[in-house]
Amino acid sequence: MRDYLLRRLVSVIPVLFLVSLMSFAVIWIIPGDPTAAFLDASSTPEDVARLREMLGLDKPPLVQMAEWYGRVLTGDLGQSILLRIPVLSAILERLPLTLLLATLALILAVGLGVAAGTFAATRRGTWADQSVMSLALLGLSVPDFWLGLLLIVVFSVQLGWLPSGGYVPLLDDPLGWAKSMVLPTITLAVVQVGFIARMTRSAMLDVISQDFMRTADSKGLSGLYIILRHGLPNAMMPILTVTGIIAGALLGSAVVVEQVFALPGVGRLIIGGILSRDYPIIQGGLLFLTVIYLLINLVVDLLYATIDPRVRLE
Amino acid sequence: MSSLDTNLAHEALPERQSPFLLFLRRLSGNRAFVIGGSLFLIVLVLAVFADQIAPFKPGANNFRARLEAPSAVHRFGTDHFGRDILSRAIHGGRLSLFIGLSVVLFTGVFGTLIGAASGYFRRLDNILMRIMDALMAFPAILLAITVAATLGASVQNVILALGIATTPHTARIVRASVLVVREMEFVEAARALGASHMRILFRHILANAMAPLIVRLTYVFASAILAEALLSYIGVGPPPPAATFGGIIANGRDFMVEAPWVTLFPGLIILVVVLGLNLLGDGLRDVLDPRIRV
Repeated sequence: MRDYLLRRLVSVIPVLFLVSLMSFAVIWIIPGDPTAAFLDASSTPEDVARLREMLGLDKPPLVQMAEWYGRVLTGDLGQSILLRIPVLSAILERLPLTLLLATLALILAVGLGVAAGTFAATRRGTWADQSVMSLALLGLSVPDFWLGLLLIVVFSVQLGWLPSGGYVPLLDDPLGWAKSMVLPTITLAVVQVGFIARMTRSAMLDVISQDFMRTADSKGLSGLYIILRHGLPNAMMPILTVTGIIAGALLGSAVVVEQVFALPGVGRLIIGGILSRDYPIIQGGLLFLTVIYLLINLVVDLLYATIDPRVRLE
Repeated sequence: MSSLDTNLAHEALPERQSPFLLFLRRLSGNRAFVIGGSLFLIVLVLAVFADQIAPFKPGANNFRARLEAPSAVHRFGTDHFGRDILSRAIHGGRLSLFIGLSVVLFTGVFGTLIGAASGYFRRLDNILMRIMDALMAFPAILLAITVAATLGASVQNVILALGIATTPHTARIVRASVLVVREMEFVEAARALGASHMRILFRHILANAMAPLIVRLTYVFASAILAEALLSYIGVGPPPPAATFGGIIANGRDFMVEAPWVTLFPGLIILVVVLGLNLLGDGLRDVLDPRIRV
């Protein structure tokens, strides 16, 4: 296991290098001068020079890159041009909300998805199976931001049960906090429930046709016990794979949901940065989210190796 | 496969049918494919014949009919400029489908080239796949937003952004099937006959590795339409006055309470197209790739 962990950690390094390179390169892809967005007619050449110096644009590209790596490795992601605070603290301030939202949605999606998929698999071919699977397909075909808007219209505007957006800190008002998270969590989870339900169903169908399931059945064990004790554990690998993929997708979709529900998370910070061309925020934010994504994948791989010893020996 | 199996297969099929006809018959018997195909076809026809079908011009303002509820004249209602939502949605569908199709072509071409090169030429494999890994490490939608926003809002840039975001996964899928097919005996036979790398790769390997790619591209089409709507909604899609699904929804956002239809109908059409494409993909997968049929 230690060898596997080591091998897996080493394999992350080149990807990490490329990811950071791409995050940095954002500033070069943009057509025109990156400073143009922040200057207006009244800006003097001195202003331009000062901004270029602040962004480090007055130095040769290789030096810029080396300096950037040097700073990133010491945890300094630079200074936001618009917010005028360090990028790292801007991200860390908003990260808990994004992670919380993604985690709640993941729990909801996995719980509901695995239950629905298992239910459908055990009733293969019946109308129950078909309706559950149709719902799953509908779920993963719906545009999430649109669903969010509809939920706001129904539950906030018409019924007035839940807030239409904004974030209430947990410690200030626990009930208000719970209410403010309900709609964003559902919006974020719906698409992923569909994926997990479909994957669980097909994994369970593979397992159900195996000999040991028939043996368990002929021993006279109850149906539910067989599914929970023998079925699910053996269907775990594909479900875990899909969960890993989804954890990454959730980080991306959280960006959108934060936008729809006006939640002050990292996603909203990055989109704000992108729309206002605040490069340090874009670079830092992208790098940060990708590193989290890579970490999630690493954890999923290690879970594989824990569940299935064959993976370690590959 | 042993010779015994082959014989049995021949006995079971007394008269040989052309593989293509067999394929069509299986497809037409597949419920998901038929339903999905019909849904998609309806929207496709609407989009292609938008000029003939749409009752109004998509950009025609009518300030006397602002934010009107759905009626016999404006079946989906009107927006804050008095523009007919049905007409805008039909025309928006044209642009959205065009973008989706272009993304499919982009990822089909580049995903195939990268995946084939990486699966066939082992020396390229490591470097190409590490680059794909790095691209895949960015949440796809965030990558697309960043590319679209930094390059500037335009139809081409949206296609480019979504193409870049969907190519790595496609390349992985092509690579995986190339890795399987390249070990098969007919490839060895072609090599023994002195066929060039390019001929082996394109005539023998890729031709036999198409099934997963076609299924993948159907899903790419669906997700490209969803993603394009999202980019337009955030404001980095094709610039106004162009009508896209996401753009119409974004316009309706500020009038959601007094005129929910502006937001509702374009979203429903997206749902229908994407559902259709996903069903189409499920059907193709069942028929083309019987191993994963459930």
